[in-house]
Amino acid sequence: MNLSMLKADKTVKQQLTPSAKKRKNKETFEAYLYLLPSLIIFAVFTFFPAFFSMVVSTFRWNLPGKAMFIGLENYIYLFTDAIEAPIFWKSLGNTFYFAVGVPINLIISLMLALLLNRKIRGVGIFRTAFFLPTITSTAAISVVWLWLFHPAQYGLFNSILISLGIPIQSWLRDPLLAMPCLIAMGIWSGMGYNIIIFLAGLQSIPSTYYEAAKIDGANTFSLFRFITWPLLGPTMFYVLTVGIINSLKAFTEIDVMTQGGPLNATNTTAYYLYQNAFQFFQMGKASAIAVLLFLLMLLLTWIQFRFVDRSVHYE
Amino acid sequence: MSSLTMADAALKRKRVARKRLVNGAQNGVWLLVVCALAFAVMLPFIWMIVTSLKSPTEVFAYPPTWIPKEFQWSNYVEMWNEAPFGRYFMNSAIVAICVTVGQLTSCVLAAFAFARMDFKGKNTMFMIFLSTTMISSQVTLVPTYLVMRTLNWIDSYQALIVPFLANAFGVFMLRQSFRTIPKELEEAAKLDGCSRFRFLWQILIPLSKPILASQALFAFMGNWNSYQWPLIITNQDSMRTLQIGLRYFVSGEGSTQWGIYMAAALVVTLPVIVIYFLVQKTFVESMASTGLKDI
Repeated sequence: MNLSMLKADKTVKQQLTPSAKKRKNKETFEAYLYLLPSLIIFAVFTFFPAFFSMVVSTFRWNLPGKAMFIGLENYIYLFTDAIEAPIFWKSLGNTFYFAVGVPINLIISLMLALLLNRKIRGVGIFRTAFFLPTITSTAAISVVWLWLFHPAQYGLFNSILISLGIPIQSWLRDPLLAMPCLIAMGIWSGMGYNIIIFLAGLQSIPSTYYEAAKIDGANTFSLFRFITWPLLGPTMFYVLTVGIINSLKAFTEIDVMTQGGPLNATNTTAYYLYQNAFQFFQMGKASAIAVLLFLLMLLLTWIQFRFVDRSVHYE
Repeated sequence: MSSLTMADAALKRKRVARKRLVNGAQNGVWLLVVCALAFAVMLPFIWMIVTSLKSPTEVFAYPPTWIPKEFQWSNYVEMWNEAPFGRYFMNSAIVAICVTVGQLTSCVLAAFAFARMDFKGKNTMFMIFLSTTMISSQVTLVPTYLVMRTLNWIDSYQALIVPFLANAFGVFMLRQSFRTIPKELEEAAKLDGCSRFRFLWQILIPLSKPILASQALFAFMGNWNSYQWPLIITNQDSMRTLQIGLRYFVSGEGSTQWGIYMAAALVVTLPVIVIYFLVQKTFVESMASTGLKDI
């Protein structure tokens, strides 16, 4: 996304005659009428909840009971309580562990995009094949992978292990393997989107650059190293940050496949939030987690905007 | 002289032939590699389809079979009896269609104001719209649930539809498209006595059909696949959407009937895949420019 597109047009300041002023006022009124439906929805379902989230985070509010103001106790509790803090820290750690899939995904997707960036008949079929997991619902994908990761010997992955002479694994039920399993599935399902973005990026590089370099005797590797890599830089950074922000939100696959288990091995902050709110019904504590998660995402978004801004100037 | 040119021509022909051969070999290797990778990526889908056609005993057979001994089509009938998938399907369709229509309407109106009108506070308003994209659904989850609880909207269609009736990404995309339509057209229409709203309705919208189609698709897909909010806001079986129905179906009690589960997973996925194949091109383009999958 180009940052300059994000700015609305500059209104030209000028002296207006009374009739023009009246017309402008009328236009302003009309414009707000057009904005009204969206504004109402945003006010009620985005801005108010975001604000209310901060308010609720300062209450002890266990449904169906009444709310009680406790100040910052929820936050202190999350970071210092003997039972709570280790789980919360673990969930933060898991969140970043899960995000490890994003750079791996980026590398794999880039290689596949380079492979698919050819003008050959039938290449579209392959693009579709890689893209299919991206449009499939995460719930359905998770159910399918739950079956692939079945811990018995008839589970597909285990049957492959047996044929290779490796002992069978319990995959999602193994605290050490559960997270890598989720990451693997995430890479598989997220690849298609990255490939589409990379292909768009690759096709925007003028072919004259490559032709000129070829005349100068550049080999395939230096073509990649000195043309593709730097020119694709901003795209890669975009994919990386958006990917990380999305991975912080991951919920569906965890809920369907592991419910945060085994032994909290896949309990990420987003899932921990859900557990607190809708399994333990502790709205105050859940809101405190939500606020912290929000700050983390805001930080990442800020980094993204800053960097993208800079790279635009650099070009 | 002539023999020299003939030799030259022969040499040239040889070189072209060799180049073609090298290219052919390269393409062959490329095709092999890509085929293998594509197969690996499609493997979970293939396994889903294969399993969905197996009988319960064959599902648990070791070593697993790649072609079912006898095709158990009854799995696809059975799933509708095992859980109220008809009801889930209807709920998903109602919600996704209402959200798509409503979201598109609010987006078109707002995008029109941003693209074609000059008003006080325009930049501030635009920043307010954009800032909503930074507030993720996780942050608003608990308070929105509390609001729904106060409104007594839990287990209702309103709760599944209303929060999604505005979308800043959609406004942004449509604004970009509306801006490309020449100002002269609007002025000409105005001279002919066309009101602003009529200009939007009769000229701008028909001219923006492709982008509207992709936005509609995007809204539909996002909503059809959405999981967390429907999970939280519905308790009764009769209000569940397909995705949630699938989840409870699979994690339910009783013996694990993977054949039926896989049939159900396929049915849940199918509408979006069908739509995808119908409008592949616009779909991929809109995906590349907006970029969110689930809500």
